[in-house]
Amino acid sequence: MSSMSDKPEKLITDDGLRLDGRRADEIRPMKIEIGVLSRADGSCYLEWGKNKVLVGVFGPREVHPRRTQRADTAVIRYKYNMASFSVEDRARPGPSRRSIEISKVSREAFEPVIMSELFPKTAIDIFVEVLQADAGTRTAAINASSVALADAGIPMKGLITSCAFGKVDGQIVLDLNKEEDNYGEADFPVAMTQDGEITLLQMDGHLTPEEINKGLELVRKGCKEILEIQQAVLRKKFETPVEETAEEASETEDIENKVVETEASFEYSPEAAAIEDSLEGAEELEGAEELEEELTEESSETSAVTEETPEYEELEEIIKEAEAVVEEDSLEEAIEQEIEEEEGEEALEEEAEFEASFEAAPEPEEFEKLEPGKEESVSGEEEEEKEEEEVMSESQDSAGEEIQLEEETGIEEVASEETIEPEQEIESKAITGKEVPAEEIVKTEEKPEEERCEGPWKVVKDPSESGSRGENE
Amino acid sequence: MSEVIATLKKDYIYNLMIKGKRQDGRGFKDFRDMKLETNVIVKAEGSAKVTLGETQVLVGVKLQTGTPFPDSQDEGVIITNLELNPIASPDFEPGPPKEEAIEMARVVDRGIRESGSIDVKKLCITLGESVWIVFIDVHILNDNGNLIDASCLAAIAALMTTVVPNEQQGIGPNAPLAMKEIPVGITLAKIGSKLMVDPSLDEEKVCETKLTIVSSSDGSVAGMQKMGSGTFTEAEILDAIDIAREKAAELRELHLEGLVKQE
Repeated sequence: MSSMSDKPEKLITDDGLRLDGRRADEIRPMKIEIGVLSRADGSCYLEWGKNKVLVGVFGPREVHPRRTQRADTAVIRYKYNMASFSVEDRARPGPSRRSIEISKVSREAFEPVIMSELFPKTAIDIFVEVLQADAGTRTAAINASSVALADAGIPMKGLITSCAFGKVDGQIVLDLNKEEDNYGEADFPVAMTQDGEITLLQMDGHLTPEEINKGLELVRKGCKEILEIQQAVLRKKFETPVEETAEEASETEDIENKVVETEASFEYSPEAAAIEDSLEGAEELEGAEELEEELTEESSETSAVTEETPEYEELEEIIKEAEAVVEEDSLEEAIEQEIEEEEGEEALEEEAEFEASFEAAPEPEEFEKLEPGKEESVSGEEEEEKEEEEVMSESQDSAGEEIQLEEETGIEEVASEETIEPEQEIESKAITGKEVPAEEIVKTEEKPEEERCEGPWKVVKDPSESGSRGENE
Repeated sequence: MSEVIATLKKDYIYNLMIKGKRQDGRGFKDFRDMKLETNVIVKAEGSAKVTLGETQVLVGVKLQTGTPFPDSQDEGVIITNLELNPIASPDFEPGPPKEEAIEMARVVDRGIRESGSIDVKKLCITLGESVWIVFIDVHILNDNGNLIDASCLAAIAALMTTVVPNEQQGIGPNAPLAMKEIPVGITLAKIGSKLMVDPSLDEEKVCETKLTIVSSSDGSVAGMQKMGSGTFTEAEILDAIDIAREKAAELRELHLEGLVKQE
């Protein structure tokens, strides 16, 4: 840390207060706004003390240049950029060595949580603009990026939260401001997952191991506070309509009602669309309008007289078969059988497999018990399969899609007969892995009540459950 | 290509790890054979070559006069540059330094700068007008893993044997560069639940993440950097710091203390 001649005599007063009035373990006031950029898939504006940071997230989208794409996973690209006017002396525009390094370590901070394997051959771009800098911009940018990623509906295993500690006048303090950064003795930025796993760590200055130990404790506290702010912002945006949806659900058990909702569901908000997108693959959105029509026709038909449609019977059979075998705990066999039987309609089968596996899910309570351990292995894999398969089936003709849709509705009906919760449970879990994003996405799915974001395959769940699910994990 | 091989070797290396072994038979806290040569380039004001296993790194220090930064008018300037030359690995391509090279250069620089190893005040020639600029250029000659530790060691060794060419500027006799501290960087790779010192190239390719810790002779930490996309727990980091301090003390005693410029 450089020492200038105009260094204040004391950075911490005798009664333990810092120049800006904070105590050693306090972070600067933070304000987060979400969805501030209309063209980005997700965005966030964050103020932290005098820092002002804007983040836009794009993707998953096509990768340019092409050779940088990966066949097995999405590439994550993080670009930290400082506005020339963000600092005292004008910064030269364009990437500096510093910003390249920050971009690299910040990207690495997100790689452990972004489920990039779900989007092979795509890019997820995170663009950070530091508009005003006052020490701690990389941590501010990471906090904002985390929210923007969630806003974009990018599946994540959890939020990333970042905070620095440092040493000022020989004391370990949290979240350095500019003066403390300039005249302090050490700076130690950290980013961590919700479980406290450290995903970014840098340090410069002079610290003993004991001081590092103490500092990490402070950082954990700081990150917890920031996480709460992040979650509150996300809840505010995505949670509000949940109760309404749930209320309505209890009133309207009738499937036909749900079908009506479905009709409008393709007009929902972009953020819900993004999440929906990640859930169902891009096809839904592309063909949204046709599908909408088809879906409404088909599903209303279906709900009226299911048995009349021959394909429907077929599907019923498949499902029943699957169910039957599920009881013997050999779902895979059943699915293999199905596939052998009807090789022609691959997409359909796989869909059935996936859906049937939902069917196979144990009763709600049981399922909840399973989740912590088995969740990832069970639905994670299947989700992957589903994703792949849906990417493949993107090019399918509309007939195929029609069948798929029908089937979804069909299965839904069966599902609604007995195990409704597990399906929805899995759906939301599968995309997000666990913890808060799961919650957010559940919220999002249910969110645009005003905009009617309910698909026929999404059964509205019990309000009491929806409230507690996220937190309990 | 090397990525494919590394993926294939992953199981092998993990299985060895479970048995407490490493590919080349080292213990988790063992360095490969290390050789340090100084004054290898007579045209440079200071130079050092480190051979770490098959990894080879050459550092040359050049001094030039220039103007100080406005916020530190009585201090010399340190500029560290590191390039991943294509000669060192089939994976390296010509062109401007990429993020890996920039990151490494900055980690090496941070260790030297933050530990206060160079007495920058002694590099001031005329206050606010003229100071010595110390260029530390790291040349990677052969990459077989753990370039950072080799670079840190070579850089500090080169600096310790640097002579300030005062005569050239007509400001008195040549004198050794004033040094105050000997920082040593130690990199640990996390493979499974284990931390391994001095990762080889294969270990670097398969490891979850790496942590470089630069520590000073008083045991304090001057710089740290996590590299790679995995995660560390807090306990692992504290563990790593202990190991790094211990190993740094060993290297310092073995290779660096007693290094002096032989004219």
